[in-house]
Amino acid sequence: MYQTTYHRAASVSDAVKHLKKSDDAKLVSGGMTLIPAMKTRLAAPADLVDLRHIPEMRGIAVSGKTVTIGAATTHAEVATDARIAKACPALSHLASHIGDPHVRHMGTIGGSIANNDPAADYPAAMLALDAIIVTNKRETPAGKFFKGLFETALKEDEIITAVTFTVPAKSGYEKFPNPASRYAMTGVFVAKGKDGVRAAVTGAGEDGVFRSGEIEAALSKKFEPAALEGVSVPSDDLMTDIHASAEYRANLVVVMAKRAVVRANA
Amino acid sequence: MSEVSMVVNGRKVSGAVEDRTLLVHYLREHLGLTGTHVGCDTSQCGACVVHMDGKAVKSCSILAAQASGSEIVTIEGLANGADLHPVQAAFKEHHGLQCGFCTPGMIMAATDMIRRHPEGLDEATVRAELEGNICRCTGYHNIVKAVLAASKTMAKAGKGKARKAA
Repeated sequence: MYQTTYHRAASVSDAVKHLKKSDDAKLVSGGMTLIPAMKTRLAAPADLVDLRHIPEMRGIAVSGKTVTIGAATTHAEVATDARIAKACPALSHLASHIGDPHVRHMGTIGGSIANNDPAADYPAAMLALDAIIVTNKRETPAGKFFKGLFETALKEDEIITAVTFTVPAKSGYEKFPNPASRYAMTGVFVAKGKDGVRAAVTGAGEDGVFRSGEIEAALSKKFEPAALEGVSVPSDDLMTDIHASAEYRANLVVVMAKRAVVRANA
Repeated sequence: MSEVSMVVNGRKVSGAVEDRTLLVHYLREHLGLTGTHVGCDTSQCGACVVHMDGKAVKSCSILAAQASGSEIVTIEGLANGADLHPVQAAFKEHHGLQCGFCTPGMIMAATDMIRRHPEGLDEATVRAELEGNICRCTGYHNIVKAVLAASKTMAKAGKGKARKAA
């Protein structure tokens, strides 16, 4: 790892101050992606600003039909929270399958969303739940937040502080994990809310997470796995790598969507 | 350089470290606690697992500066003098190791797992929960047996304590 200078932020405004002072600072929360990337010198920020000790960024609130999760809330906290399990069990399920137990004790929802890894789980949930990404500057719907591979709408000095969404009537998430890395080779989050059905796909798109119009159209007619019989998803913009071809992933999208609906209806 | 201070195995420690120092290197090289191992160095293998504020974490993927102010327990902090911790005793009894390199991480992961499952463990849960720990010798069979046995022993001991308290 190259040299870096560590700063522990006491508040969001304190974190912004540290960001502004440096030409080359990165935010670290759980650090489960960033620290390994720094070890391999894929990332080499001059300054690191730690968000893990900012009380206002932690915690879960469920008020009526609105769920709010602080950005520095860990995967383990989301996975084991009784209110989330009641309001949106699909999200508990998703959080409990990220990485391994030790990674879940550190990794955070804000970090996952800000990094926008094309195979990360949370971006699919945010997009399907039509979540709002709250920063120190504004509120952005997930549909306008995720821009491409590791790219988001975040501007300089902008910090995700929380995410918020309306509890869906039904939701489900299923992924086909890579047998070695356990990242989603394809994962599908389906949500049925008052404005219809949304289905978001991770691990498959060349430009990261996306909504599948084919899956949404079929499930809007009937929210049952049978509605997806014979549905096919184009492989044009899907990833091909050593693990799977674009065509294989296109098939996985439909299979994972079916399983996600089974889970949502269970 | 950063001044870090933390409680490691019940002992207050502090010192100046380079900001890029990983927690595992602080433990091994600054404090001489070499029971915590570096296996893969890429966050996959779990040989470096320690407890930070009561939770299992990978000390090879956390900076010492990030851990400053926390309470750390390593494999050296588990036994009570000459009495092995029930998880250590179970690994010995069930031969849950061959070369032993992964064992500190396995045991720290297992104690955390047992803490998080007071309702008890079954084989499928133990296998799923060992996702973050790799053993290249034994094929996990005896490790799983040891964790299940320790979980039962600790549940019994816990009930005994609860009765005494009542």
